[in-house]
Amino acid sequence: MASIGKILRRTFLIGSAAIVGGVAFGAYYVTRPAANPLKPGKGETALSPFVLIDQQGVTLFAPRAEMGQGVMTTWAALIAEELDVELDDIRVLHGPAAAAYYNHALVGEGLPNKGYDVSDFQHNLGEALGVLGRTLSLQVTGGSTSMKDGFERMRMAGATARETLKQAAAERLGVDRAQLTTENGVVIAPDGTRIPYTELAEAAGQIEPPEVALRDPSEWRLLGKSLPRVDVLAKSTGTAEFGIDVRPQGLKFASVRMNPKLGGVMNSFDASAAETMPGVEKIVDLGTGVAVIANNTWLAIQAVEAIDVDWGDAPYPPDTDALSEHISKAFDDAPNSTMRDDGDVDVMPEGATEITADYTVPYLAHATMEPMNATALYTGDKLDLWCGNQAPTLIQMRVANTAGLETEAVDIHTTYLGGGFGRRGELDFGEIATKVAMAMPGTPVQTTWSREEDMRHDYYRPGAMARMRGAIKDGKAILIDGKVASQSPTQQAVKRYTGLSGGGPDKVLVEGFFNQPYAVPNYRMSGHIADLAVPVGFWRSVGNSHNGFFHETFLDEMAHAAGRDPLEFRLELAKPEFAPAAGCLEAVKEMSGWTGETPNAVGRGVAMTYSFGTPVAQVIEVVDEDGTIRINKAWIACDVGLALDPSTVEAQMIGGMIYGLSAATTGEITFSDGEVEQYNFPDYDALRMHNTPITEVRVLETNKHLGGVGEPGTPPSMPALGNALFDLTGERARSLPLNKQFNLLV
Amino acid sequence: MATALKINGKTHQVDLPDDVPLLWVLRDEVGLTGTKFGCGVAACGACTVHIDGEAVRSCQVALSDVWGDVTTIEGLGTPDAMAAIQKAWVDHQVAQCGYCQSGQIMQAAALLAENSAPSDEDIDDAMQGNLCRCGTYPRIRAAIHDAASKLKEA
Repeated sequence: MASIGKILRRTFLIGSAAIVGGVAFGAYYVTRPAANPLKPGKGETALSPFVLIDQQGVTLFAPRAEMGQGVMTTWAALIAEELDVELDDIRVLHGPAAAAYYNHALVGEGLPNKGYDVSDFQHNLGEALGVLGRTLSLQVTGGSTSMKDGFERMRMAGATARETLKQAAAERLGVDRAQLTTENGVVIAPDGTRIPYTELAEAAGQIEPPEVALRDPSEWRLLGKSLPRVDVLAKSTGTAEFGIDVRPQGLKFASVRMNPKLGGVMNSFDASAAETMPGVEKIVDLGTGVAVIANNTWLAIQAVEAIDVDWGDAPYPPDTDALSEHISKAFDDAPNSTMRDDGDVDVMPEGATEITADYTVPYLAHATMEPMNATALYTGDKLDLWCGNQAPTLIQMRVANTAGLETEAVDIHTTYLGGGFGRRGELDFGEIATKVAMAMPGTPVQTTWSREEDMRHDYYRPGAMARMRGAIKDGKAILIDGKVASQSPTQQAVKRYTGLSGGGPDKVLVEGFFNQPYAVPNYRMSGHIADLAVPVGFWRSVGNSHNGFFHETFLDEMAHAAGRDPLEFRLELAKPEFAPAAGCLEAVKEMSGWTGETPNAVGRGVAMTYSFGTPVAQVIEVVDEDGTIRINKAWIACDVGLALDPSTVEAQMIGGMIYGLSAATTGEITFSDGEVEQYNFPDYDALRMHNTPITEVRVLETNKHLGGVGEPGTPPSMPALGNALFDLTGERARSLPLNKQFNLLV
Repeated sequence: MATALKINGKTHQVDLPDDVPLLWVLRDEVGLTGTKFGCGVAACGACTVHIDGEAVRSCQVALSDVWGDVTTIEGLGTPDAMAAIQKAWVDHQVAQCGYCQSGQIMQAAALLAENSAPSDEDIDDAMQGNLCRCGTYPRIRAAIHDAASKLKEA
C-alpha cells in the first residue's frame, strides 16, 4: 500500500518545468508530468496550467465547464485567494482540452461506501484513486465534484505561484523572501517598494518553486464570501459567447436530422426537394442521418426537414408500455448490486406492521435552453471544434477519431454552456458537427439542432421503478427492503465513450437508494439493470433523481402508517446515523415553522436526501386555490461542509430544486412507434415565473467533508412535492409526473 | 431584393428570403448573437426583442413583416453603459448559464416601460412566457422590483 501514499503525495505535487521564457507549474501524471497545455508565447511565463502572467496581466484558468453553476468564479477564487489577486483585475478563461485538467474527485466517487460514513482512510483512498482520473484524461465537469477536486490543488497552485513571484522579487531586491508581502497583484518590500507580478513573471520562470503551506481559513479574503460572478456582466448584456454564438470568418450554417427511432439505421433518403431550396449549399449524407449546409440556420432547418428519409426501426420495444414491461422484468433477475444489507430483512420482526408500495418514474430529457450545437473547421490535417461541453478531453479524442487525426491535431475551444445538466458530457453533437464540416473542408460550419431534434435525440434520464417493502413497530421504521430497476446510464456511457462493456456493480444506479443516512436496523437495497437500447445518460443528480423520490416517498408512507409526524419520524432515524442530515431537518423545521398541522387548503411535505456528499432537506407547501393546486413556498437547508460562495450555493440549491420540481410536475418522455412523442417545450415544459415557489435557503457548515452543490438540490424536491400533495389531498403520488394525478397550476 | 431594417439605431440591408424569421436575420446575417434561439415556436422567450418598444418573439416575425425599429439586447445597453434593468441583473447576480437572460431582460424592460411599479402578479403575467431551465426566477423577480424602484428615484 506504500504506493498509494506516493501517489497521494504526487497528486498534490505542484512542480515546475522550464519552458521558453519562463516556467510551467503543473499537476503530474502518476509517473510523468502532464504536458503543459498552454504553450506560452515569447515573453510570457506559465506559472502552472492554472496561472498565466504576461505583460497584460494575470490570467487564471478554470478548466471546468461553466454551465451556470458558478464554477469559473469559485475555481478562480481558490487560486486568487492564495495568489493575492482580485477577481476584478484578472481574466478567467476556460483553457484548452488537456490531461493536466483531470477531475480526480469524480473517480473517487466510485468507491463503494455510503459517503457520509467515510473514514479518513477511505477519504484518502478516494483521493488517491482520483489519480485514475488523470490517466484516463477525465477532464469532466459532473458529479458535483469541481470544488472537491479543486479545493486543495487550486489553492496550492495559487500559493506556489505567489511564493515564486516573491522569491523573484527577493532576489531582485536582495532581501529575504520572508520579509516580503503581497496584495492585489504586487509584491511589497519592507521599504514599501511595490513590484507588480507582471514585472516579475519572466524572472520567476527561472526559479525552482519553493515548498508552500496553505493559509488558514481564518485569513481568507475571498473564499466563504459571496463574490460577484466573473460571467455576470457578459451574461446580462448579451455579450457572453455560447457555442451557438461563435462566428469564425466565412462561417456556414447547418442543421441535422438523425433517426427518431433512436439508434436505428437510415435506409435511404431523397433530398431532391431540399436541394433547390433557398440558401442551401450542400446536402450531407452522414450515414446515420442527413444534414444541410446553408447560408442561414433557419434555411438549413427548413431544408433538412424537407428531406424524405426512410428510417430503420429502433433497437428497443417501440412504446412506453412495452418499455415499462421490460424494465419491470428486470426485478426477476438477480440484482446487479446489493450495496446495503444490514440485519435481516427476510424475517418480519414480531409485532411489526408490513408496508409495501411500488413506484414508477418516466424517462426525462435534459432540455438545456441552448439546443445542441457545435462548430467545426476541418482542413484535412487539422480540426478546430468550438462548443460548450462538459468533457473536452473526451470530445477531443472522439472527434479526432471521427476525422482520422491524432488528438494533437484537434483544438477544442470550450465556450459557455447554455445549460448542461449532464447533456453536454455526451459527445454526439461534436461528432456530428465534425462530420458535417468534413463535407466542406476549409470552411467553418456551425451545426445547430432544432429544438425538436434536441428533444427527441437526448440521452435520457432512464425510466425507473421501485418495489419497496418495510416494517414499522412502536412508531419506528425497523425494516426497509428496496429494489430499484432501470437502465444503467453508466454502463451505456462507458460503452459509448470507450467501446468496452462496463460490467460490475453499478453504484450510480443505486445512489440515493442504498446510502441514505437513516438508522434502520434491517435495511437491504438492491439495484436491477434493465437491458434496453434506449439512449440514456447522466441527468442532474443521476440515480438520485429517481431514488430520492422512491426512498423519501416510501419513508413518508411509513411515517403515516406509524401515525407519526413525517419530519419527526425522519429526524429520529437520521440523528443517530449522520448529524448533518438531522441538522438539515431541524433547520427546515424551524424555517418553515413546521407543526405537523396545516390550515384547510394548505398541504406541506418534507423530504431529505443525501447526495454528492451533501444532505439537503426541503419542505414544500402547496395551496388549493379553487381546485387548482399551486406550489406556494419552499424551504431548503443543506450542509455543504464549507460554503465557498454562499450566494452560489443558494442559487444552486434553488435551481436544483426547480429543475426537480419541473420534472415532478410535468416532465415525461414517452415513446410510440420507437419515437419520442415530445417535440418542444409545449410538450415538455418546466416551472416558470408564475408557478415557482417563494423559497428560503439556509446553508449549514457542520459536514466534515466538502459536499457538492450543483445537484443535491434536485433529489428531495420531487418527494417533498408528492408528500405535500398527500398532505393536502390524502392521495398518495406513486408515479410521476404529478399533473396526471393532480390539478396543478402549470 | 434586399430588405431594409433599422436595428439598434442603424439601418441594415438584408438579402434573405422574406420568410426568414427576424431571429435568424439578427443572428446569422447581422451578427447580433445576443438574441438567442431556444425553441422556434414562441414557447420559451429566449429570442425576445423589441419592435417599436414592444416585446416580441423574434422567431415568429418574418423578415418582411418587421413593422418598425428593432432593439436587441446589444442595443438596450452595453457592458460599459448598461441600462438600469441590466444593472439590476448584475446587482442581483441573476444569471446562471445565462442563455435565456437576454430574452428575460428584454421582456422585463418592456414590462417596466409600460408599468413603472409592477406587482408580483404583474411580473408573473409578463414573465411567464420566458423559460429558464436553471431556475433563476426568484432573482429575476427581485431584479425587476429593484430596477423599478431605481428608475423611480432617477
